[in-house]
Amino acid sequence: MKRTGAQIFVESLKAQGIDTIFCYPGGATLNITDALTDISQIRQVVVRHEQAAVHAADGYARASGKVGVALVTSGPGATNTVTGIATAYMDSIPMVVFSCQVNTMLIGNDAFQEADIVGITRPCTKHSYLVRDVKDLARIIKEAFHIAESGRPGPVLVDIPKDVSSALHDFKYPERVHIRSYQPTYIGHSGQIKKAMRLILHAKRPVLYTGGGVISSNASIELTRLAEVLSIPVTNTLMGLGGIPGDHPLFLGMLGMHGTYAANMAITESDLIIAMGARFDDRATGKTDEFAPHAKIIHVDIDPTSISKNIKVDIPIVGDTRNVLMHMLKIVEDEKDTYKQHHHNVAEWIEKIKQWKKNYPLTYQKNSTLKPQYVIERVFGLTKGKAIITTEVGQNQMWTAQFFKFLKPRTCLTSGGLGTMGYGFPAAIGAQVAFPGSLVIDIAGDGSIQMNIQELATAVQYSLPVKVVILNNGFLGMVRQWQELFYEKRYTWTHLHSPDFVKVAEAYGAVGLRINEEKDVDRILKQAFKNNRPTFIDVHVSPDECVYPMVPAGASLKEMLLV
Amino acid sequence: MRHTISLLVENEFGVLSRIAGLFSGRGFNIESLCVAESLDPTISTMTIVTTGNDAILEQILKQLNKLINVIKVVDFKDIDYVSREMILVKVNAEEKTRAEILRIVEIFRGKVIDVSSRTYTVMITGDEDKLGAFLNLIKPLGIKELVRTGPIAMARGERMLKIKEKTEMKEESNG
Repeated sequence: MKRTGAQIFVESLKAQGIDTIFCYPGGATLNITDALTDISQIRQVVVRHEQAAVHAADGYARASGKVGVALVTSGPGATNTVTGIATAYMDSIPMVVFSCQVNTMLIGNDAFQEADIVGITRPCTKHSYLVRDVKDLARIIKEAFHIAESGRPGPVLVDIPKDVSSALHDFKYPERVHIRSYQPTYIGHSGQIKKAMRLILHAKRPVLYTGGGVISSNASIELTRLAEVLSIPVTNTLMGLGGIPGDHPLFLGMLGMHGTYAANMAITESDLIIAMGARFDDRATGKTDEFAPHAKIIHVDIDPTSISKNIKVDIPIVGDTRNVLMHMLKIVEDEKDTYKQHHHNVAEWIEKIKQWKKNYPLTYQKNSTLKPQYVIERVFGLTKGKAIITTEVGQNQMWTAQFFKFLKPRTCLTSGGLGTMGYGFPAAIGAQVAFPGSLVIDIAGDGSIQMNIQELATAVQYSLPVKVVILNNGFLGMVRQWQELFYEKRYTWTHLHSPDFVKVAEAYGAVGLRINEEKDVDRILKQAFKNNRPTFIDVHVSPDECVYPMVPAGASLKEMLLV
Repeated sequence: MRHTISLLVENEFGVLSRIAGLFSGRGFNIESLCVAESLDPTISTMTIVTTGNDAILEQILKQLNKLINVIKVVDFKDIDYVSREMILVKVNAEEKTRAEILRIVEIFRGKVIDVSSRTYTVMITGDEDKLGAFLNLIKPLGIKELVRTGPIAMARGERMLKIKEKTEMKEESNG
């Protein structure tokens, strides 16, 4: 039986086991939109702006570990996805974005709502396809999902012209994918792993520096285990938070520009850095010449291009983080007696770190004003860490990274690489769709929340009880902080007028709450977390608070400004 | 340092733009680029001449390998190889220089492929040194136009660019 391209599309998604798509209709989607009528296996969440569809698919993917799917129309629908795609690309999030396209005949003619979206997104996708013939559609969909979720995950774009979605062809979903030019390396080279383990065995001041690769390869149990059996302290990048429980005694906190004193000093004085699924981003390393000056570096990553890109490493291991960690644990298990001595080797180091943590904890000055850090501490306290947290970008993001102790992987959803304001709210919607029973909280700022505030309508329409804690300081706080520290307090462009967020929430049919004083924090947050509706909590916090510690841009990690 | 890189890529539309975009997006140099169908019509061979220090070259090779449509990448740095380029030159052919030009062309085993009353169009192939030497000799006689293909390259002897499945930079991971 012949089917239309649109039907083939729907059958392919079903065969792929896709249960949710985030979408927005338009002229070019209509064949597919129509084919999805009454298809109950695929939940269709219609957002209010295409950027949000992609962020929601991203949040869905990060929280669940499954591939996120977005579907948009041609032209502006497609170009609106670019920020979302670039966000997912920088953070290696598995995602397939289907953009619809004008008729094949019209491509290149500057037709109405035509954009060369394959060309536009080429530098920020893992791969992309323009489907030129309906006979290729099922195969391309299969390949797109395979590429998105294998190796180093990433977004894949599939552009489907309208005449392709109406053309007829037989449907057969391929069982397997074979791409001769794409075979990621999962198994780390055993010789390299042995070499690495020898270095670890003799290290006196080792540090595990781990990133998003630990989360995406689901390696947090193995990472925690390796840290424990060898007594190696662990620092996380922003993307790696939750890779080891945030309250674990071996956890140093985040490193980098707004990292903890203990983490940054441990890196600086270390004699062996074991990097796992991290990519030595400039926000993590500070000045690269002075990054870990005394250390040898082992780097485990599934993407060879990440290795020796910013920092020359001594032992590269290309492979899946979890796989390599399991291999390392096996070696420790097999040579128990040898590795026993390691605890003794590092005892002095562990003691030193304990002192750093004790003497320079993350802190802030308490006074009569309501501090944003306190609010996040209470969000953590009241939820006991049992929540999926998304953030926007800026101070809200850094304070969350510092003061919310992420206990589990896939609970910290944040735009780490691209730093996309407006990410957190739609990502929270995506996470809530994936986990309807979980408490999902977006920690936002008054600036960021307005970048995708229209998604309140989506949350209300689909009864998604997302909570948005707006740390409202009346400023674009992080930029204001830089102006305060480096531009002689000229607050040009950063003092913004905001609407009444409580009324905005109510106007959309959501719940709006406000906190002005410290004494109200617990009561109002509890009220918000208890209700089963989308809720904005407008928290009026101290306007001039800065994020500390801070390593100024371009400085080395040991040059921290403390509170 | 200058490097000659050979690539086997899927012979599909859009592949060239991915590769060119990779170079421009990451600030890598392209001195020349040649691409055409290979023996297997589903595959194109590409020869790229680029410059950069060791760290940049390592990134170029890894990034090229990472592109889904790239099947194989070889840097000829440590491989014995031959490389040839073709140029077409339109030179002034005045009464008194015509014989001189023909003599030089013959010495370099080139060919005159088009003639007009005042010009010769000469085709000549060779490596960079040979083409440079030829152009130096012919320049004083008056070059009106020059077109070069950029080099194409091949390993010497039995060694070939095989279409073995891509194995993400095995050598590198072996340290």
